[in-house]
Amino acid sequence: MNEFHGRALSWTIKDGVVEVSLHRKPCNEIGSESLADFERLAAALPGLEQDAHSLILYSTLDCGFCAGADLRELFRRAQEISKTEAVTAIHGFLERIHHVMNTLDASPLTTIAAVNGVVFGGGFELALTCDLIIADKTARFCFPELRLGLIPGFGGIPRLKRDLGNAAVRDLLLTGRSFNSTKAQQVGLASQVVGEGEALRVARATAAQAGKFDRGTAGAAKRFAKPIPYDELQREIEIFCQLFTRPAVEAGLRKFVENTDAQPYLP
Amino acid sequence: MPTREKTLDDVLNLAATQFKVPRATLSPDDDFFKKLGIDSLQALSLLTRLEQHFNIELPDYEMQGVSDFKTLAERIQARL
Repeated sequence: MNEFHGRALSWTIKDGVVEVSLHRKPCNEIGSESLADFERLAAALPGLEQDAHSLILYSTLDCGFCAGADLRELFRRAQEISKTEAVTAIHGFLERIHHVMNTLDASPLTTIAAVNGVVFGGGFELALTCDLIIADKTARFCFPELRLGLIPGFGGIPRLKRDLGNAAVRDLLLTGRSFNSTKAQQVGLASQVVGEGEALRVARATAAQAGKFDRGTAGAAKRFAKPIPYDELQREIEIFCQLFTRPAVEAGLRKFVENTDAQPYLP
Repeated sequence: MPTREKTLDDVLNLAATQFKVPRATLSPDDDFFKKLGIDSLQALSLLTRLEQHFNIELPDYEMQGVSDFKTLAERIQARL
C-alpha cells in the first residue's frame, strides 16, 4: 500500500522516501484511533521498504510534532471500567504501541523525524524511534509523565538511555522540564537544528543523501549503531502498569483533564 | 550584561512581535496569558523565543506560576 490517508496520519512514497504526515488535531495526541493508523503503517512497512530507502515522519500541525498520549481518552476509559480491567487494557495498548515503535526502530529504512513545536511524551518517544531528528527552532522536547505519577510508557526511557548521556536522560525524566532545539542538539538528541518551517525540506535533502548508499550496507550500519533494547522496553511496560494502579495517577490524570488553567502543559 | 530595563523591554517587544499585538498596549505588570490571549503551548513557544534571543536556558519550572512580564524578565535577568 504505497499511499494511505487515515484520520491520524497519512503516507505517500516519493523519490524513494516514505513521507508520513501526522495530522490529528489538536496536536497529534496518540489514542486508540491514532494507534490503529500507526498499526496500519507498521503492517505496510515491509512492502514500503521494497520501494524506498528512507522514511520521514512529520506533522502538518503548527502546534507541533506530537503532544504524546491522548490523556483525556485514557482517563475517560479508565473511569468506565474497573481498575483491574483498566490495567489489562493499558497493558494491551502498550504492547500494541511498542510493536509499532519497535517496527519503526528496526526498519532498514533510514528514518528521520522532522519535528517542530511540541515534542512531548509519546511524541518524543515516537521521534526517538527514528535514526535522525531534525528539529526546527520552535521544537521543545519534554517528558512530563512524572507529574502524572507515571513514567514514559511508549519506550522512552530505554531509547533515551540508548541515545543520550546520563545527565540529559535524568534531567529530562526527573525534572520534567523541556529542552529547546539548541539544547537538544547540544545533548546529541537532534542531529540538525533548522529555521522555523524548514525541518521537512532539510529532512528531504537528508533522505536524498542517505539514499545514495547501498541499502544493505546502510541497514547493517544502522543495526550496529542502533541496537534495540527489547528487554528494557518490556520491563518499561511492566513498571508503567504497576505505577498505573497507584492513586496518585488517577489524581494526576484527573487534574490534567479537568484543569482549565492556561498552564496545564507546563511541567 | 543588559540592564533590567533593557531585558524587560526586549521581553515586551518579543511578545508583541510574536503574538502580533501593539507594543504600546503591553505593560510590565500585565498577565501575559490574559493580555496576549495565549494558552500554555503558546507560552512555551514564547519561552523558546526568549531562550533564543537571550541565548539562555530557562527551565520550565522556573516559569511555574509566572504570569507577568516583569517577573518573567527578572527570571531571565538572573540567567544572563
